Amino acid sequence: MDKFTVHQGVAAPMLQINIDTDAIIPSREMKLVSKQGLGEGLFAGWRYTLPNGREPSADFVLNQAQYKNTSILLAGDNFGCGSSREHAVWALKEFGIKAVIAPGFGSIFYHNCIRNGILPVVLSNDEVLALASHVDKDPQACKVNINLLECYVSAFNTDHQSTELEATDSVNETLRFSFSILPAQQTMLLEGLDGIALTLKSKSNIASFKQAYQQQYPWLA
Amino acid sequence: MGRTLFEKIWQHHLVEELDDGAALIYIDRVFLHERTGSIALKSLEADNRQVVSPEHVFCTMDHIVDTVVGRDDNTKVPSGKNFILATREACIDANIKLFDVNDPQQGIVHVVSPELGIVQPGATLVCPDSHTCSQGALGALAWGIGSSEAEHALATKTLRVSKPKTMKVNFNGELGFGVSAKDMILHLIGAYSAAGGAGYVIEFAGSAVEALDIEGRLTLCNMAVEFSAFSGLVAPDEKAIAYLKGREYAPKGDLWQQAVAFWQSLFSDEQAQFDKTIEIDCADISPTITWGNSPQHACSVNSLVPSAQAGATQNQLKAFYRAYEYMDLQPGTALKGLPIGAAFIGSCTNSRISDLRLAAKVLKGRKVADNVNAICVPGSTTVKRQAEAEGLDKIFIEAGFEWREAGCSMCFFAGGESFGYRQRVVTSTNRNFESRQGPETRSHLASPATVAASAIAGCIADVREYL
Repeated sequence: MDKFTVHQGVAAPMLQINIDTDAIIPSREMKLVSKQGLGEGLFAGWRYTLPNGREPSADFVLNQAQYKNTSILLAGDNFGCGSSREHAVWALKEFGIKAVIAPGFGSIFYHNCIRNGILPVVLSNDEVLALASHVDKDPQACKVNINLLECYVSAFNTDHQSTELEATDSVNETLRFSFSILPAQQTMLLEGLDGIALTLKSKSNIASFKQAYQQQYPWLA
Repeated sequence: MGRTLFEKIWQHHLVEELDDGAALIYIDRVFLHERTGSIALKSLEADNRQVVSPEHVFCTMDHIVDTVVGRDDNTKVPSGKNFILATREACIDANIKLFDVNDPQQGIVHVVSPELGIVQPGATLVCPDSHTCSQGALGALAWGIGSSEAEHALATKTLRVSKPKTMKVNFNGELGFGVSAKDMILHLIGAYSAAGGAGYVIEFAGSAVEALDIEGRLTLCNMAVEFSAFSGLVAPDEKAIAYLKGREYAPKGDLWQQAVAFWQSLFSDEQAQFDKTIEIDCADISPTITWGNSPQHACSVNSLVPSAQAGATQNQLKAFYRAYEYMDLQPGTALKGLPIGAAFIGSCTNSRISDLRLAAKVLKGRKVADNVNAICVPGSTTVKRQAEAEGLDKIFIEAGFEWREAGCSMCFFAGGESFGYRQRVVTSTNRNFESRQGPETRSHLASPATVAASAIAGCIADVREYL
């Protein structure tokens, strides 16, 4: 799995609350028995002018030139609620989204992000709005920086088009918010761990648990 | 200090506390379906990993399979057949019990699992489907996961889980005339928002929950995910035990006696502390319907489309305006009397025999209004056969409903069948998300009884006038 440590990128606001996974990837766009081929269907209902078309809708934020190369979404509360479809995360990833910042997430979506190397950051509504209004000045220049090692999000006023992380010079920093994430999830992302491989290290422990469990609850054996 | 029901089930399944703060939780049963299960099985195989306990894994065809009479592997969903074929092949390879397209026990996963006694009190059950929380109605810890986590459960018999907080929702008093479990859960989400349960596992309790039959509890728990909860559950009581007795996968003989003795210990102790408690007075619950594009846009059928609340944040206001625009409604419009183009009874929320009996009671001797496309899709082939044995199919058909084969059907639009562009539909399903049931379809969530009454009226109706 891809590791996530630090990332700086263009952030786009999608501040509506309750953006569900049906909106992120409509079921009609899930055409293959595969984790691939989903980027084009991302936000298809809003992104294209017609339900089955591919004509970009000018109104949709990710179609606008100033949000080119967006890699961070600034979202409203309960982002990713609804269907468990991991396709929503696979579609975001294929499109190039590395992180989503929101006041809250759908629980299954949140875990699907962790499993796929996308960082879900929980900030307060006011903090997300502050980032959005900062970005709004010039999205390409006013990039957002996310540091998972130290668990903070920051934004700068950069006149130069720097993509280097040296740009995290605190002198230029205008916004800085810390966030919390459970250690289990932080480690998984920082190290790009495969959960199954990790759990299989406990194989013998699971086997002995299973044996005792099946004796205690034989009707479930 | 006492323990909650959730805490007891959690402890029974705790393999180990992991160094990173999560817990390794033992998983009793995994259920799959052809939409997301196929990908999990295929990916597992590509990674050269095995399903460790195939005897504890079940799979059904529900999401993609057609529901028209005479169906086969071909579906109206573009490329849908690939999901069906891939699932069948993967189940055969992994030796997993599959309820295939025309199996007499086929149906929607959350209808099939309880009716066959696969989900049991105190067990852990996961499925790559968000409505897995439905199955908490029998006192199990059942929750929806993604495909990758399904692979993890299949390959290790465990999941790495961060422990959720606990919430108790007490429904106090008695339900009013014409009010059902669907109205209870819509009312809760309407009052506390679609994010109200985020981070919590919810125990539904109180006199009105105790009074519900198991099928009503399945409806209640079904929409815990629309409340953004980790899951929902109800303590197993004599009704749960009576419900499971004799079902195909329920314990038999001595094991049944042992299981029942254990199940009777599954309740929250009197002293147990919940992180949060919500009290609902059932006298406040009317037949309820949604007006917008989120399940939280729920109110009494006799209400007006609400105005944006005072004190709403800018984002909340945007959501209101978007909902008005999408649903083509203005604040202050009466919901009752709003003309509809379609009516749908089905889905894992409301497609069980008790739902169909209640809808049939409303439909008997009446006709669906002109221009209303009315469809009933039983939740499982077992439900369908039972309904037919009771003659309910004839009531539906004579009223003007289409009577279908079991499956998820038009609960969601996958590029195949739909209610049509911008059609207004009253539906017994769980999601009124944008384009959920068709291109820009305007879905109003309600109980199956309200759907039946609205189909007759040709507009949103108060079911109490039809009972």
